[in-house]
Amino acid sequence: MPKGVLVDVTRCFGCRSCQVACKQWNDIPATPTTFNNSWDNPPELNAYNWTRVEYHLIEKDNQIKWRFVKRQCMHCEEPACESACFTHSFVKTKEGPVIYKPTELKQDFCVGCRYCMIACPFNIPKFEWDKALPFLRKCRFCNDRLHEGLEPACVAACPSGALKFGEKEELLAEARQRIDANPAYIKHIYGEKEYGGTSWLYLSDVPFEEIGFKTGVSEKPIPLYSWEVLRWTPYIFVGWGAILTALYFYTKRRAEVHAEEDMYTAVETMEEEKK
Amino acid sequence: MQRAWSFKLTPTRYILIALVALMIIVAIVRFIFGLGMVTNLNDHWPWGLWIGFDLLCGIALAGGGFSTALIVHVLHRGKYLPIARAALLTSMLGYVIALVALLFDIGRWINFWRPFFYWGYHSVLFEVFWCIALYTTVQILEFGDIFLERVKSFPLKKVLGYAMTPLLIVGIILPTLHQSSLGQLYVVAVDKLHPLWWSMIIGFFFVWSAFFLGPAMVTLEGTLAARAYKRTPELPIFQSLTKVTLWMMIVYLIVKIIDLVYRGVFSLAFNGSFESNMFLIEMIVFVIIPIIMYAIPAIRTKLWGVVTASVLVIVGVIFNRMNVVFTGMATQMGGHYFPSPWEWLVTLGMWSVLILAYLFIVENFPILIKEEHAKEVAVTHGASVGKSVPSGA
Ligand code: SF4
Ligand code: SF4
Ligand code: SF4
Repeated sequence: MPKGVLVDVTRCFGCRSCQVACKQWNDIPATPTTFNNSWDNPPELNAYNWTRVEYHLIEKDNQIKWRFVKRQCMHCEEPACESACFTHSFVKTKEGPVIYKPTELKQDFCVGCRYCMIACPFNIPKFEWDKALPFLRKCRFCNDRLHEGLEPACVAACPSGALKFGEKEELLAEARQRIDANPAYIKHIYGEKEYGGTSWLYLSDVPFEEIGFKTGVSEKPIPLYSWEVLRWTPYIFVGWGAILTALYFYTKRRAEVHAEEDMYTAVETMEEEKK
Repeated sequence: MQRAWSFKLTPTRYILIALVALMIIVAIVRFIFGLGMVTNLNDHWPWGLWIGFDLLCGIALAGGGFSTALIVHVLHRGKYLPIARAALLTSMLGYVIALVALLFDIGRWINFWRPFFYWGYHSVLFEVFWCIALYTTVQILEFGDIFLERVKSFPLKKVLGYAMTPLLIVGIILPTLHQSSLGQLYVVAVDKLHPLWWSMIIGFFFVWSAFFLGPAMVTLEGTLAARAYKRTPELPIFQSLTKVTLWMMIVYLIVKIIDLVYRGVFSLAFNGSFESNMFLIEMIVFVIIPIIMYAIPAIRTKLWGVVTASVLVIVGVIFNRMNVVFTGMATQMGGHYFPSPWEWLVTLGMWSVLILAYLFIVENFPILIKEEHAKEVAVTHGASVGKSVPSGA
């Protein structure tokens, strides 16, 4: 059964244990950090930071409040990255994780064209810009741990109960229950419908757009968009081909024949040669 | 009588060769140390100058090949024959450049051949990749016919002769498909690409503009070649081509407006944002003004008139592609990107290769029309041609 993680923003206190656990389990090298105008650290996701707690200062009930949001790959049910990739290097597994085959399964067909980065609606896949033969990197939903029946490293490390791992269906039911039991929650499970649904789900007590989520987005899976234009290809090929062939023979009868062979000529250089 | 192979080295050509040499050095550094070393690309801007300009614009500019092929070889409009070969040549070189740019740009370049064996048909990029690869081959074969006029090999030429008609037709279908799929690449960027450019029919806009760009490209290229080789520009041909461009641009404008209104985003064009201003410049300066210029006989019949309008059309298509790749994506991608000097150098180097190859080929192969023939073709088709200047041979 497909797994998921429920992230409850109201419970997160921003300790960043998940960030550390992710680095440790996945053996990702430390990277130098930089100053930036927020409390987030590292300032952005990149090839060596697959998850990150965002610190949002927001105004709620006339008070300034902190909200902390752990972000990583959403593990979409119908991932844009998978459909965009013409070497099928990203793939959604039946257990839930969206994995990158070159590193996960050692099936290296990726050409590094980075179309997946253009396609992902959450700007998740990151590129190893410093490598001669770079891979794409992103959260892998601790695919190996899931196969051993373990929860992801970040979930295991979370001391606040903000992250909960389980069957996606059960998590959805629990999320609805929490929303019903407590009026403080925004009545929306982010990830239930967005782009056809994602394996990671979010609950919040402040509007999602105030804590860095894209809201009002399409509920249609992105792969469907490209399929809607791609499926016309064979018809265009055959139809346009037939029209062109017909035109070719129709107009040929009327056209006069030109001896092409001696119409054209090579030309001489005009500029002065350098002596 | 066969002339010897020749390529005179003029000062300009030395500069071009130097640029190519620099490009090769940068390319070597890039292949050994990775993209981060030479480019300013980053996680916000995975695609930059090489994809945005060299690939997307290079291929669009090469559109001259397929519109001319359609007009001359499928519709058999013989009066355009004088420009047919030059258009094919530029187009072929444009594609080769685009493929080289792609090879430079992809991170795992050792895997470049994989997509031939791994069929990711659910991706638009799959269609782009196959069409460009096949079409480049088709163009090289088409060019082979000309090549064999110079390097005689009759059996080969005969075989190619038979294959020519199907090649020509496939050589129009393929670019139609991939010019549009280049635009469709951005269909997945729904919610990312600004709605002024994102559209389910962005593919139509791409292929349509590549097509009407063709005559403009032929005009500019023909004028430049005429100046470089002290020949008479084929003005009557340029003029009658403006009709094609004019009508296609009007259709483009109308469909664009309908599309915006249908998606309910028409008002976004006037909200004063950066995107809206760029969009208005694109539509007014590079679509509406050329339409007006082409529509007025007093402008269109003058050489300066057609050439100016053509330059506007060409810059306009480049501007449109840049808006899709950069302007339209900026808000959603965040971060900054400006090409590094090295990226510029590679781009300059690639276009220098194109110019050098063009010069070498027109000086050694029968590409440009013989001047007395230009007159003849024009006369039989009832168009007048200016005083022909004897070539400086
Ligand atoms: S969030 Fe992006 S990278 Fe992750 S599965 Fe979805 S499309 Fe792929
Ligand atoms: S960079 Fe690799 S994984 Fe991403 S779309 Fe290209 S081939 Fe696929
Ligand atoms: S699921 Fe695993 S890879 Fe993903 S953020 Fe958590 S620890 Fe990192």
